[in-house]
Amino acid sequence: MLHFRFSKPILLATLALTYSITCYATPSKADYKSFQPSPDQPYYFEDGKVDFGTYNGFRRYHADCHVCHGPAGLGSSYAPALLDSLKVMTWGDFVNVVISGREGRDNMIMPSFAKNVDIVTNLSDIYAYLKARADGVIGATRPAKFPKVKKLIADN
Amino acid sequence: MVTAKRKVLAICFTASAMLAAAGGVTANSELLKMQQNANDWVMPNGNYASTRYSELNQITAKNVKDLKVAWTFSTGVLRGHEGGPLVMGDVMYVHTPFPNKVFALDLNDDGRIIWKYEPRQDTSVIPVMCCDTVNRGLAYGDGKIIMSQADTTLVALDAKTGKKVWSVKNGDPSKGETSTAAPMVVKDKVYIGVSGGEFGVRGSLTAYSLKDGKQVWRGYSMGPDSDTLLDPQKTTHLGKPVGKDSGINTWKGDQWKIGGGATWGWYSYDPDENLVYYGSGNPSTWNPVQRPGDNRWSMTIFARDADTGMARWVYQMTPHDEWDYDGINEMILVDQKINGKMRKALVHFDRNGFGYTMDRVTGELLVAEKFDPAVNWATHVDMKTGRPQVVAKYSTHQNGEDVNSTGICPAALGTKDQQPASYSPRTGLFYVPTNHVCMDYEPFEVSYTAGQPYVGATLSMYPAPGGNNLGNFIAWDADKGKIVWSNEEPFSVWSGALSTAGDVVFYGTLEGYLKAVDAKSGKELYRFKTPSGIIGNVNTYMHNGKQYIAVLSGLGGWAGIGMAAGLTDPTAGLGAVGAYASLSNYTQLGGTLTVFTLPD
Ligand code: HEC
Repeated sequence: MLHFRFSKPILLATLALTYSITCYATPSKADYKSFQPSPDQPYYFEDGKVDFGTYNGFRRYHADCHVCHGPAGLGSSYAPALLDSLKVMTWGDFVNVVISGREGRDNMIMPSFAKNVDIVTNLSDIYAYLKARADGVIGATRPAKFPKVKKLIADN
Repeated sequence: MVTAKRKVLAICFTASAMLAAAGGVTANSELLKMQQNANDWVMPNGNYASTRYSELNQITAKNVKDLKVAWTFSTGVLRGHEGGPLVMGDVMYVHTPFPNKVFALDLNDDGRIIWKYEPRQDTSVIPVMCCDTVNRGLAYGDGKIIMSQADTTLVALDAKTGKKVWSVKNGDPSKGETSTAAPMVVKDKVYIGVSGGEFGVRGSLTAYSLKDGKQVWRGYSMGPDSDTLLDPQKTTHLGKPVGKDSGINTWKGDQWKIGGGATWGWYSYDPDENLVYYGSGNPSTWNPVQRPGDNRWSMTIFARDADTGMARWVYQMTPHDEWDYDGINEMILVDQKINGKMRKALVHFDRNGFGYTMDRVTGELLVAEKFDPAVNWATHVDMKTGRPQVVAKYSTHQNGEDVNSTGICPAALGTKDQQPASYSPRTGLFYVPTNHVCMDYEPFEVSYTAGQPYVGATLSMYPAPGGNNLGNFIAWDADKGKIVWSNEEPFSVWSGALSTAGDVVFYGTLEGYLKAVDAKSGKELYRFKTPSGIIGNVNTYMHNGKQYIAVLSGLGGWAGIGMAAGLTDPTAGLGAVGAYASLSNYTQLGGTLTVFTLPD
C-alpha cells in the first residue's frame, strides 16, 4: 500500500486515480515519536536531528533529483537550486511541478514523476527535506536522524 | 608541400568514392591509413589504438610556452561539451551536446562555417539522460560523418555537404535508452552502444552497415548466449570457457532484463586481431541487495570479432558492483614489454581505481594495480581469479540496505571517468586525468518503472582524506603498475589528454585552463584560461605547415553536477562546505572551441 505522510486536495486530484493515499490525523509536534507531518510543519527537528521521514527525503532526493538539482538542493549548471525555490513555493506548487513536470527556457526540462512510484510515495519526505534545507535548519551534509517510528495510523 | 598534401587528400576522397560505387568493398583500408596521418585527427581518440598520441613535433617542451590563440568558435550551446573535433585536410568537424549540432569549419578561412546540421529531436529525451546531455563526438568513414544523437538516432551525413545519407534508431528513449558515445567505424561497419544504466536499460553494442545503416549484429551485455554473442566453449574469461548462458546464470530471476551494463564509453580496434574492444557499465539498480550474484557481464571488458560480433574473451573487473564503478573507460592498445615479455597489451584505467594491463589477444590479466593510493574498497586484485578483494567495511551490500557506508574511495565518479588517457611511445608512459574523490553510499529498495530513474542509492562525495584537491593528473607505468609522477589539481580532471612527439602533454581543467606539461617530469610549461570549464578532449593537427592544438570548453557533464554547487564534507561539519570553493566562482557555462598555435 502506498501512502503519503500528508496530503492536499491538489495531490489527491492529481493522483487519486492512480494511487490510494493515506491521510494522517491532525498534525502534532510533541516529540519525534508522536510527530505528524503536515504541509505547514513537514519536518521535525530537535537536538540537531530530524525525523526519519525527513532523512528519507534526503536519500530519495539524492537518488533521483540531485543529478539535475545538485547536491543538497544547491542547484547545478542546468536546474535551479531548490533550496531557494522552497523559500517561496508551497506544498501545492511543489507537487504540481514534480507530478506534471515543466519545460523552461533553453530546453530546461523538469520531467514529470507522476509514473514513478519511488518518488510519488516519498514526495512528502522529499518536500520535508528540502523545506528543512530552505529554512536553514539543516546543512548540506547528511542530516542526523531519529529512529524510524512505526506508524500507528492504519492505511485507508 | 602544402598543395601536395591537399592533392593527396583529394585523391583519397575520389578513390574512396569509387570504391563505394564499386560495392563498398573497403572503405576500411582508407581509414586504416588515414589514422596514421599525423596531420589529420580522424577519430575521437586519434587512432584505433586510442593512444591520443600525435607524431607532430613543431610544438615542443621548449617552445610550448609561446603558444597563442589562433582562432575561436562559439557553438551556441550551453550544456557540457565532452569529446573534441575531427580534422581532415582543410575541414574541421565540431559537434555539440543536445541538440547535437554538427559544424564543418573551413580551416583556410579561420573556421568559417561550410555547413551546419541540426537535428529535430524530442526534448523529452533530456530528462532521461542521467548526467547532462553530453555527446562525445563524431566518426568518419567512406565520405560520411557519423553521429549518435541523444535520442539514439545514428545519423550519417555527407562530409562535403552535411546532407543526411541515412539514419537509424538504435534505442528507445521512452525506456530510458539514450546516447552519449562517439561511434567507431571499422571497414564497412559503424559501432555504437547505448546509455541508460540509471534507467534499467540492457546494454548492447550494435554494428550497422556503413553504406545504408542496416543493422548487422547486436551483442548484449547480459542475457542468453544468442543475445550476448558469447560462445559457451570458445569465449573465455581469464582463459576458461564461459559456459552456457553465462549472461543469465549469475542473476536472480529476470533482473538481467533490466540489468544495465550500458556501453556508453569508448571503442578501440586492433586490425591484426580484427577485434573491437570496449567495456560495459554498472548493473542496475545501484542497490546491490536487489540483484544478488556476479551480474555478468556488467563491468566487463569485451573483445568482439569486428565482423560477427562473437566475443573472443571477456573479463569482469567488478563482479556484483556495489559502488557504480562502470567499466566503460577507453581501452588503450599498445605493444609493450610487460614482465620482461613483449606483449600486445590492452591498458585500461577503470572507474574502480585499478589500472589493468591485459594481453589483448588472449585476455590474460597481467597487471592490476591502484592508480590512486586513496583507493580503499578493495585491497588488491587476485591475479588468479581476477576478483577484487573487497574490504567488508566498504561493502555496501554486506552493510545492507538503509545503512550508510562511509569513507569509500573512489566515489561513484571513479578514480577516472570517461575522460580518455594518452600514451606516448617516446616515454612509454600513460598520461591519466583522474578524480580524487571519496563517498558515502546508502542503498535502498527501489521499484522499476520503464523510463523512470532506477537508482536505489544515495551518495555524498568529498575530497579524498589528507587534502583538498579533487583531482590529479598522473603519469603511469603500465608494466610496473606504478605512478611515475602526479600533479595535484584543485578539481577533478575531466578532460581527455593528448601527448605528442614534442614531448608535451596537454589536458584541460574544470576551471577552464588548457595546460601543457613536460612528458618526462610533469612540470607545467604553459596554461591558458579558456572561456569555460574544460570537459572536452584535446587534439592536434597540421594545417598549411603549422601545428595546431584544439580543445572544446563548456562546463557540464557529471562533473558539472556535483562540483558546480560545491562538494560536501561530512566529516568536517557544515562549516567546511565553503572551504571547497564553488566551481561557479571560476567559470560559467558556454561551448567554445579554442585553437592554439605558435606565433610565426
Ligand atoms: C532531468 C533533470 C531534472 C531532474 C532529474 C529533476 N528536475 Fe526538477 N527541475 C529541472 C529543471 C530544468 C527545472 C526548471 C524548469 C523551468 O525552468 O521551468 C526544474 C524545476 C523544479 C522545481 C521548480 C523550481 C522552481 O523554482 O520553480 C521543483 C520543485 C523541482 N524541479 C523538483 C524536483 C524534484 C523533487 C526532483 C526529484 C524527484 C526533480 N526536480 C528532479 C530538472 C530536473
